[in-house]
Amino acid sequence: MVRAMDDHSPALVADDLTLSYGSVRALDGLSLTAERGAVTALVGSNGAGKTTAISCATGLLQPDDGTVRVLGADPWRSSPKHRARVGVMIQDGGLASGASAMQLLRYGASLHAAPLDVDEVAEHLGIDAFARTLVRRLSGGQRQRLALALAIIGRPDLVFLDEPTAGMDPSIRRRVRELIRGLAHTGTAVVLTTHLMDDVVGLADAVRVISRGRVLASGSVQDVISSHRSVDGALVVQATATGVDPRVAPALEADLQAAAARHGAHLEITSGGAADLESVLLDLMDEEHDEPETVSSSGSAPRSASPSGQEPR
Amino acid sequence: MTATRNPADRRSDRTPRPAPALRRILSHAGLETRVLLSNGEQLTVAVALPAMVLIGLWLLPLGRLEGVSAVDTAVAATFATALISTSFTSQAIITGFDRRNGVLRWVATTPLGRGGYLAGKILATLTTHVLQVVVLGLIALIIGWRPELLGLLAMVPVWLIGTVAFGALGMLIAGTLRTEAVLAVSNLVFVLLIAAGGVAFPTEAYPRILGGLVDLLPSGALGELLRACLASGSFSLGSVVVLLAWAVAGVLAVIRWFRWTDS
Repeated sequence: MVRAMDDHSPALVADDLTLSYGSVRALDGLSLTAERGAVTALVGSNGAGKTTAISCATGLLQPDDGTVRVLGADPWRSSPKHRARVGVMIQDGGLASGASAMQLLRYGASLHAAPLDVDEVAEHLGIDAFARTLVRRLSGGQRQRLALALAIIGRPDLVFLDEPTAGMDPSIRRRVRELIRGLAHTGTAVVLTTHLMDDVVGLADAVRVISRGRVLASGSVQDVISSHRSVDGALVVQATATGVDPRVAPALEADLQAAAARHGAHLEITSGGAADLESVLLDLMDEEHDEPETVSSSGSAPRSASPSGQEPR
Repeated sequence: MTATRNPADRRSDRTPRPAPALRRILSHAGLETRVLLSNGEQLTVAVALPAMVLIGLWLLPLGRLEGVSAVDTAVAATFATALISTSFTSQAIITGFDRRNGVLRWVATTPLGRGGYLAGKILATLTTHVLQVVVLGLIALIIGWRPELLGLLAMVPVWLIGTVAFGALGMLIAGTLRTEAVLAVSNLVFVLLIAAGGVAFPTEAYPRILGGLVDLLPSGALGELLRACLASGSFSLGSVVVLLAWAVAGVLAVIRWFRWTDS
């Protein structure tokens, strides 16, 4: 069942955000949106401004300039009613170290009038296996799961997840991905940051590539890859090959290259998805570092990098 | 881990709403109290140390007032120690670690909010105080304390003002210093206040100049007022003014300088 939405406007609208920590410019005219019922991934290197952007959207930081609207409201002046609609998983956990995992999850649920079933969430994320363990004794991955559970326990309309699968083993990561996809499927807007391109390709409906406090590229994963690859005028052909026997793959590649050569074209074959996106991300970063003025894939001309040359947080 | 139903499927069953404000605050107070009482170190500071002060001052000829039974002066010093241990030291340490661990940031994004967090913290502190008074009072009764109802009632407003004053000072340390420094400073200040700040010993036991300074400390004022309530000491309006001034200044300082994040 998909909950009826208040409207069809984006769940998150950040417009021209600027924020500095002393002489370090963390956000430099950052603008982005996140749609309801979709997973939006913020990607970029450490210090790009992803966490600062989320901090502004969750009311933890007030931007020096620009506006943020979260579910139609200003997060800096949010009420308990508004905060109940927004789930947050912050990067450093935010977990009271002296409480046990289950104690903390029940406490998180008690802040909401109609939370999800605590036992069900605990079982799905495997928290029941360390329910009575104190937070300070949990591993990094276990803390991540608990923080994720706390972020979703109130049935939020919008959830911010700062590196939700970092430090998790593959089986838990798969379950977390299912959970995140499930949230989007039922109408929740999910905004996540990650360094894992597999997560982006496997989860995200939209990607925002952030560097030095501004968005360099945005769109679907394929849009971002395609638009970047076509900047130099190269013809981009998207194709998916399925059922290819690994033993014949080299021959298939050779045939394709030969076909391209007949038409005087250069063909670059990649594994698709995560590897492609990571390559594009690195290219964008390199361009950003090489050239003070670049043109983003959205067509707008972003401002030059911060004059201090220092990396924001 | 077995296959389970994805809880996200149930997300849209109901609209997200905050729990009522009182329930949120009570829930936070409950968590803080349980965490404090289940932590061995905090429990030592909250109960064991004041109990040692009680037994020590009862047995040793120290910190007594002329014509007043040893157990009465010992109980007054013990209750002041208990109040400072929980309101100041424990809260400084807990809040300092909460700040470092990002708890204060996370709490600010929940329906509880910063105001609810502080309200819950105050309630947790008062709940712990009640438990301290019950436990330490029972020990005192066993060794011969016979309290007067009027004295106990007079103690309540003094206790509340003292809680605000020392709670604010604890929060100030927690919200301005690095966690490691919070741990060191709060424990050091606690020991100094108990031993030389007018808690264990009445200010009249100090040399005149030093006694004048101790009178101006929140611990000196608290100690004098609790001795007035519980050990037939002389009630000093000056001590009330000093304690109130520390409470007001402490709260204003917290509003001005407390930082919710560690960065």
